[in-house]
Parts: sequence; C-alpha cells; structure tokens
Amino acid sequence: MDEAQIYSRLAEIFEDVFDEDNIEITPELSAKDVDGWDSLTHIRLILTIEKAFKIKFSTSEIGRLENVGDLVRLIKAHT
Amino acid sequence: MDPLYSELRWLPRVAEGFSERLKGLGNQAGPLGRELQSLASHALDLNQLTKLAKAIGKARAEGKSLDPLVPFKLAILSNSTFDLIVPALVATAARHGIALEVIQPSYDQAAQEALTPDSRVNSSKPDAVLFALDYRAIPLKLSLGDREASSATIQGVIGYLQTLGNGIKANSNAVCIFQTFAPAVETLFGSLDRALQGTMRNLIDGINRELAEYVIGSGDVLLDVAAVAETVGLADWHNTQLWNMAKFPFADELIPLYADHVARTVAAIRGKSGKVLILDLDNTIWGGVIGDDGLEGIHIAQGDARGEAHLAVQRLALDLRQRGIVLAVSSKNTDEVAREPFEKHPEMLLKLDHIAVFQANWNDKATNIQAIADELSLGLDSMVFLDDNPAERGLVRKLLPQVRVPELPEDPAYYARTLAAAGYFEAVAFASEDLKRAGFYQDNAKRASLQKQVGGVDAYLASLDMTIAFQPFDATGRARIVQLINKSNQYNLTTRRYTDPEVTEAENDPEVFTLQVRLADIFGDNGMIGVVICRPGEAGVWEIDTWLMSCRVLGRKVEHMVLREVLEHARAAGIVKLSGTYRPTDRNKLVVDHYAKLGFTKVEEHASGFTRWELPVDGADPQGAPMKVISQGFVAAKERSIA
Repeated sequence: MDEAQIYSRLAEIFEDVFDEDNIEITPELSAKDVDGWDSLTHIRLILTIEKAFKIKFSTSEIGRLENVGDLVRLIKAHT
Repeated sequence: MDPLYSELRWLPRVAEGFSERLKGLGNQAGPLGRELQSLASHALDLNQLTKLAKAIGKARAEGKSLDPLVPFKLAILSNSTFDLIVPALVATAARHGIALEVIQPSYDQAAQEALTPDSRVNSSKPDAVLFALDYRAIPLKLSLGDREASSATIQGVIGYLQTLGNGIKANSNAVCIFQTFAPAVETLFGSLDRALQGTMRNLIDGINRELAEYVIGSGDVLLDVAAVAETVGLADWHNTQLWNMAKFPFADELIPLYADHVARTVAAIRGKSGKVLILDLDNTIWGGVIGDDGLEGIHIAQGDARGEAHLAVQRLALDLRQRGIVLAVSSKNTDEVAREPFEKHPEMLLKLDHIAVFQANWNDKATNIQAIADELSLGLDSMVFLDDNPAERGLVRKLLPQVRVPELPEDPAYYARTLAAAGYFEAVAFASEDLKRAGFYQDNAKRASLQKQVGGVDAYLASLDMTIAFQPFDATGRARIVQLINKSNQYNLTTRRYTDPEVTEAENDPEVFTLQVRLADIFGDNGMIGVVICRPGEAGVWEIDTWLMSCRVLGRKVEHMVLREVLEHARAAGIVKLSGTYRPTDRNKLVVDHYAKLGFTKVEEHASGFTRWELPVDGADPQGAPMKVISQGFVAAKERSIA
C-alpha cells in the first residue's frame, strides 16, 4: 500500500472513530490537536486501524507513537 | 473468532444510511424510542454503537422523549476499564426496548461504592448494580493440593461479593447482577489444573459454581460471563495486550456480544424477553416443501444430514416449550397439507398438541403473526419468528418491527445454534409454573371451544368448577409475583414495575396489604393469575397501588371475587374507603372501565386519560361468580363455598 492510500483510508477511519467529517489528516497531527482524542479514544483508534488494515501492533510500537506520521510509517511497515 | 458471536450474525447487517438516520434523529418530532430500537436492531460494531449512544445522550440532554423504551438505571462496579463498554451498553439496550442510564464510578472503587451509604452509586438509586469484577484484580492465591485453603479462598471471594451485595441492598435496594469469572487460558499442569485443588482453574470453577448456587437462593441475578467466554473461546476472549495497556477485561471485538448479554439480562429483569416462538414449516422445521415433496420427500429422518439439522430445530423448540415458551406455526400452505407431517410422519418430534396456534394459509405472514398475537393475547414484542426465507423475514421486519426475526445462515445445520445464540428467551428466574405455561395456552383454546358449545355465560362459568385461592405475598410465590408484575401489560391498572427486593419489602411491611390470587378449574390449575397491592393513604383509606391479572382469566368475574376479598380484609382493618387509579399506557386500554364495572365512582379525570376512583367499604357487595374460595395465610385459614 502506498502512503496516499494509507492517508486516504486513515481519513475515513478518523471520521468513523471521532464522528467528525472535517479532521485534516497531516503527518504532524497528534492528540492535542483533536477534541475528544483522549487515551481511551486513542485505544479505540488503534484497534480500528488494526482491524481495517488487518495488522497487529506490538505494545511497544503503540507506546512509541507521537503523531499521525509515526502511525503511517508503522502501518506501512506492517503491510 | 466465530462470527456468529463476534458479529452477532442473528441480527441483520447495518444498512446504508446508518449515519444519516442517526443525524436525522435531531429533526424528528415526537418520541424517539421506536427509531432508536430499529437502529439498534442491526449488527453494530463498537464505533457504530458508540455513535448511537452519543445520539441517545444528546436526545436525553435535549429533553427528548425516549418512549416507548423502558427506563433502567444500571450501576457498574468493576476493577477493570469499562469506559469503552458503557456506550455499547446504552446503545445495545435500545435493541431490547430499554432506555439505559449507566452510573459508572471512578476506576476500581467497587467496595467503597457498595459499602458507603451515600456513595455515588447508592445515592443514584440504581435499578440494578452489575458486579463486573475480573479475576486478575481479585487476590487469588494458589493452594496446590490444599483442599482446606482452596475452600477458604473460594468462600473468601463469595463472602466478599456477598458483603458488597448486602451493602448495595441495604443502601439502595437495587437488584444485584453478579458476573461469573472467565478463567485464564494458561495452565500450570495441563489436565490436572481442573482436577487438583487450588490451581487457578480449579479455584475459578469453584467460585463460579458457588456463585451460581448463591444467586438461585438469594434472588439475585447471574450474568454467566464464563459461559460467554467459553462459547467464543477463552483464547479469543482474553486479550492480554489490552489488559496490560489499559486493564480492558476482554477483547474489544467482543464488546458488542458482551453488551447484548447485559442488555438481555436487564430486559429479562423488566419482563421484556420473548414469550412465543413462531415457526415457519418448509425448510425450517423440515427439509423441503411439503406441498411439492409430500410426506416421503421431506427430510426429517435421523441419519440424514439435512433431516438432522431440521430435527435439531424441532428439538430446541420442544425444549423451549418445556420451559414455558409458547409455540405457534405460520406457514404458506393449505391447512391440511401443512398438518400432514405433524399427524403422520413418524420422525416428527413436534406434534399438533405442542402448537398453541396453527396458521397455515395463503395470507401474508405479517397478517398471520398479528392473528397469532391476538389469539394469544400477547404483544407483538413477545413474538420471535423463525423462517429460512429472507424475503419473508424482510416482510415481517418491515411490517411488524416489534417482532424479533433472526437472520439465518445458508446451512440449516446452524439454524438451531443461531436461534439459541440470539438469546431472545433470556430469563433471570424460574418459577415452577413456567413448566406449565405452554400447556395453559392449549387449555385456553379448549376453554374457548367449550364456551361456544355451552349456552350462556353463567352456565359456562358454573361448568368450569372454579376454585379461587387468596394469599398474602410470601417467599414461595415471590418469583412468580415479580414475574407477573414485570410482564403484565394489558390487564394492569397502574403498570408499576417492582423488583424482587421491592416485592420483598411490600411482603414484610405490616401497613401494606398484598394479595396473590390463584385459579383452578376443570381443565387444570392456572397457577397465579392476579396480584394486588394496597398501600395506606389518608386515614381510613387504602390506595390500590397495583391490580393486575392474567388475560387468561378474562370474563370469569375473577375481578369481582378479588374485590370481595380486598373488601373483607379492608373491613377487618377498619378501612372505610378504597381508592384506585387507572394509568393509561398504549397496552392497557382493556381496563379503562375496570373500576366502573366494579361499582367504583370516578372522582378525577385528566386529559391524559388518567382516572381516579373511589368505593366506600361500607355497603359494597360485588356480585361474584359461582366458585369455591380459599383464603389462607392471613389471620387464620378459612374455606367457604359460595353457591
């Protein structure tokens, strides 16, 4: 999967998880930029991404994520 | 993971436009309950359930009505993270006709919340408290091979749960729902873990067994999470990564399944479980089409794989009937052709005698199902309809949305399992009368035919040779009393719902007059068919808080006999006036004239249809019907006959 496809799929996933259709998905986007992105929504986001891309992240990989850019790199590594 | 369970395969898939329908709720005038229930009655994943819960929360905050969803307040005591589960519970409850409000105290405060009288949980006066504890946060010490220490550990956990339960009951009188514990996947020895005292497996087996026994005796409710976990598989149930990261009690994929089990339990407490199973015939309870294939061509035989699958459906139906679920048939066939296998096929397990209402004709099935509901005097929301044909399922879902229609897979081998997985008939208590319920509906049909034969109502009533028995509430009758209070909708003057603890309270209160009414006749014992609760009002007045009866005994002057009994006790207690109210619902129009017929005078009427009635005790003498009266358990047992 190329990065463009990943970003496009992520946009749909963010819309689904946050119930918001105008979140701009950029590499620098992180929890502090989005209303309602608390630790529990973060887990729901990770779980939804794992199911959508049919991949599984390790505990330490999840712990190292700082922003969407890290997330996209991680997804690319697993697909 | 088996998608039957993880994807709730008995529910139709989410339709396109789910998000649009959710947004549309904001514009809808009028009560939102039906639309919410319809939205929830699809296989929603965690994100969809969360969105639906958000919409429900928004509607609540805006003061919109959630009628006809029944309100229920559930507090959760847990030592694991429930935050993602709570919205799933709220949304799933709507599927089962419940408007759920969840009280969730701060993390890991179970003991403090249960035992402190003014804790958040106790102050919120919940209807029920769910004890959702995880074995990993309860100190369970291995005591390998040590029978005494193992027993002490087990008793310790049960004692802890009982202490918390008693704290809740003392402070808020809520129903306690206790979860069993899903055992760990990892073993120390292997097979010996189950047999040897004091292994984790053995301790949890023991705790679950003791808990189940305790709950049966105490009138609390069991939520058998261990069974759900074992059904999907412990290795799929437990997600160690999620437990480590955030103390999630189980895999997130199973949240919708867990939520459905909790919702079924709450709905069962409120009497909203299914009561009737309506069966299609062709390709549902036998393989093939009787009209085309004939008796020799349909598949029911043992030893035939297709036949075995359909026999399993028959077996399940028969077992459900044994526990009190009524069976009916709705088939597109001529009547004689449809009856043939029941009468003549040697392998049929179901016989005509097991079927309370048999509708085989060329009408559409929605019309048939409505006719079945009318004949049984039961609401459409008590009906479950099993049909292999997706077109028929779709029609009934569209025209009669309150009827529960499970999706079925292609292969009939999974029909019985799918019906059972859906859990439409969840029950939280078992009264021995349940065993006889299906038979009552057959008996009633016989009574109806007798009424046609015998000329005149009075002669018919006399020919029934009835005996009516009155008693105050007691422990033996309690389960059935609670059942009637929560399930009666039509012959119910005030539709007040009480839980087991609340009924016990009334039973023990010397100021409250309670009545359980039983009726027997030549066809058999109808069991308990009426419940009355009178509470003291102004001086010398009894307020009739609850008066409900089973529709099975309509038209027999039972209400007159009940009034006579109430008046006798009222007189003895120095009461001068009875005061009764009629609170209209959309199910109890039947009793709008109940008090008028009994000679009460209307003293109040509101635009809503609410009415208040009064009857002076002095001089009141309602005309009963010819029946023997037994009145016992009050001051002294007495028996008298009325000609």
